[in-house]
Amino acid sequence: MNDVLDVALRLLIVFAVFMVVPLVVGQAEHKVMAHMQGRLGPMYAGGFHGWAQLVADGVKFAQKEDVVPAEADRRIFQMAPAVALLPYLLVIVAIPIGPGEGAVGQVVDAGIFFVLAVMGVGVLGSLMAGWASANKFSLLGGLRTAAQLLAYELPMLLAAASVAMAAGTVSLPGILNAFEWWWLPWQIVGALVFFVAGLAELQRPPFDMPVADSEIIFGAYTEYTGLRFALFLLAEYAGIVVLCGLTTVLFLGGWHGPFGADGLGWVWTLLKTGVLAFVVIWLRVTYPRLREDQLQKLAWTTLIPLALAQIALTGIVKVAIN
Amino acid sequence: MPPIPGSGLAKGLAVTLRTMTKRTVTAQYPDVQPELPPRTRGVIGLFEENCTVCMLCARECPDWCIYIDSHKETVPPAAPGGRERSRNVLDRFAIDFALCMYCGICIEVCPFDALFWSPEFEYAETDIHELTHERDKLREWMWTVPEPPALDPGAEEPKEIAAARKTADKLRAQEEREAQEAREAQETRETQEAREAAESPEDRSDRAAEQEGQE
Repeated sequence: MNDVLDVALRLLIVFAVFMVVPLVVGQAEHKVMAHMQGRLGPMYAGGFHGWAQLVADGVKFAQKEDVVPAEADRRIFQMAPAVALLPYLLVIVAIPIGPGEGAVGQVVDAGIFFVLAVMGVGVLGSLMAGWASANKFSLLGGLRTAAQLLAYELPMLLAAASVAMAAGTVSLPGILNAFEWWWLPWQIVGALVFFVAGLAELQRPPFDMPVADSEIIFGAYTEYTGLRFALFLLAEYAGIVVLCGLTTVLFLGGWHGPFGADGLGWVWTLLKTGVLAFVVIWLRVTYPRLREDQLQKLAWTTLIPLALAQIALTGIVKVAIN
Repeated sequence: MPPIPGSGLAKGLAVTLRTMTKRTVTAQYPDVQPELPPRTRGVIGLFEENCTVCMLCARECPDWCIYIDSHKETVPPAAPGGRERSRNVLDRFAIDFALCMYCGICIEVCPFDALFWSPEFEYAETDIHELTHERDKLREWMWTVPEPPALDPGAEEPKEIAAARKTADKLRAQEEREAQEAREAQETRETQEAREAAESPEDRSDRAAEQEGQE
């Protein structure tokens, strides 16, 4: 009975985090983007600096009609948003935010495998949406998503493998337990590769070719309305949270910090994740969209060689230490 | 020297970060009123007490957007036996702000300072016909006209003030002269009384006895 309660409580907390943190990131994006462009951003909703803007948006989306195109593959079309969103919920379960059993939804022994495999599923949602919409823009978006997924999954995996090699384990808490501060410079290239590839996988600007609104409307999401469209958007922000959390855990030492090691580990994790989320927004505001060929070139000629070089470096240092 | 690879990317990041720390340019207009520069051409106010219905403004207006109606009244003579005078009375003064191009010629041309620029700008209407504003509205806008900006230090005195000072000086000089005369009259009276007081007390008692005897 106690076990059931424990599991239920953990799931509830993970679900609450999953619902709240992406909204915080979304609101931060509204405000940071606005100020980086010399604007104020939302100011009215909720009274104080538009804090309730995303709540209002959610209410708006919920009121809209849920349209399924006549020619669409109905079941697939309706399932796609859930397929895009749920993997991120599952990944959050496995991310440790502090030391010990209490600070992680569920300890998964093959943590990196689990996390990366499940994150890969998320992109399937876009593919399903693109194919099932029976719309040429959606299809183009879906194809671009597929191309991007193929190109960026590899450097991401290689960079993560480098950390696993360094720690000698694929468990996320295990990696953090083995973490030393000098891993930071040692794995910095891998961290950059992982972060950039993750951005591309989330289809965030400057890697938003699959949803390039000036060319193909909104890619795979063109035909979506109302709540299903909102779920895709939520998936994007949940994806930011997951990517930043994973980068924090794998490369930035998670709960380790210069001080407050015992009780305040979770603060360090949240702080690092928040800073990374800011960087995600910052990159979005700063850079224009990459062209499709530039996108592929970046992955195959820059990120993958860098990731392989990182693995080689990791191996050499590891052997030298032993 | 070739640029360091990635320096352009870093520059881009620096630009956005710098912009974020600066003040935003967004005007929160309905909540915060804009700070308008002096001499803002918002709307034209009418100080109708100064208007003599000379019609110069209406005639100079390039858009013919000023409407003036008036009639004449006879004023009884100011002094008895004088001549009756006639006077223009303003019946209607309206400006059609749908036509007005805010050139300000009417304000320049008014010889009696009856028209002024007001910074007031919130007079949008939903119907173009309602943009013709009548004298009461124009008079109300007079209250929003700011006082004229201060003169530069060392500038020549405005003609109006010079004229007013001249009159005031003349008036003060006259008052002083009158006061002087009054004082002199007072002094002569006082010397008179002093002289009377200096006469011998016997004389005075004699005079009193005489008066009693008369009674």
